[in-house]
Amino acid sequence: MKFTQMKLFRMLATLASGALFGFGLSYSTMIRPEVVLSFLRFQDFGLMLVMGGAVLVVLLAYKLTPRLLARPLLDDHFHKHPSTWNRDTALGAALFGIGWGLCGVCPGPAIAGLGAGNFSLLWALAGIALGALVQGLRAR
Amino acid sequence: MTISPALFPLGWQHYLLGGALIGLGAALLFVLTGRIGGMSTVFSSTWSYVVRGPFFQQARFVDSRGWRLVYALGVVLGALVWWLGFAGGKPEATAVPVWQLLVGGFFVGYGARLGNGCTSGHGICGLGSLQWPSLLAVLTFMATAFLTANLAARWLA
Repeated sequence: MKFTQMKLFRMLATLASGALFGFGLSYSTMIRPEVVLSFLRFQDFGLMLVMGGAVLVVLLAYKLTPRLLARPLLDDHFHKHPSTWNRDTALGAALFGIGWGLCGVCPGPAIAGLGAGNFSLLWALAGIALGALVQGLRAR
Repeated sequence: MTISPALFPLGWQHYLLGGALIGLGAALLFVLTGRIGGMSTVFSSTWSYVVRGPFFQQARFVDSRGWRLVYALGVVLGALVWWLGFAGGKPEATAVPVWQLLVGGFFVGYGARLGNGCTSGHGICGLGSLQWPSLLAVLTFMATAFLTANLAARWLA
């Protein structure tokens, strides 16, 4: 019983965290491709503040939490997600940027667009899902 | 405090506050569950429900696909709260042409998954954990995005 209760709490915690994330994406207007594109065209530097603000909060959380807590409040260990620099990362990031510069939509806002009544973002969402599928089918 | 309207013609407070809220979302996920909450992995892990190929059946996708989908659902709900509660429920629209959304989206999805991260995975979680490969990835996609967006503005407008 206790185990399933914990799983439920974890699910609700994940849902709430996602909701904060999605609210922030919308509030910062990152769900509007025009705003993202105006950053990429050097007309509005807001995206720097969005990214800077988010990185600062996450940096504090990632650094401080493991010092203050032996384990996360609802699970038994802190995950690590090491990134590596290799040919795939370089090529992938370059292609990601080309797509982002063309449409002004990245994965988070494409998902958030579903909730914010921006239904044209469904086209970008479909494109992203398709791109991820093709990448996985080509990978070995 | 005055901040140059030339840099931020639409104001700057909502950018900083919105960014901090995005960070709080990823931070809350970490504090409560220990999970690292990038956004692009959900596009691979969700395919693992239907595509049997060995790439999609890796443990890193199969084991995380449940919570990643819940996390994405949360993003939709959070956006819905903003839309109904703060934006008056007026439909949002974009003037970016459909083909650009679709083709751009395709490259975004393919590239983010090949490079193992997007603006949130490398940009927020990767930089937030001070990983230099993520910094290189961010600099790379920023460079190609600047180039593409400016060329598109010149040639496609």
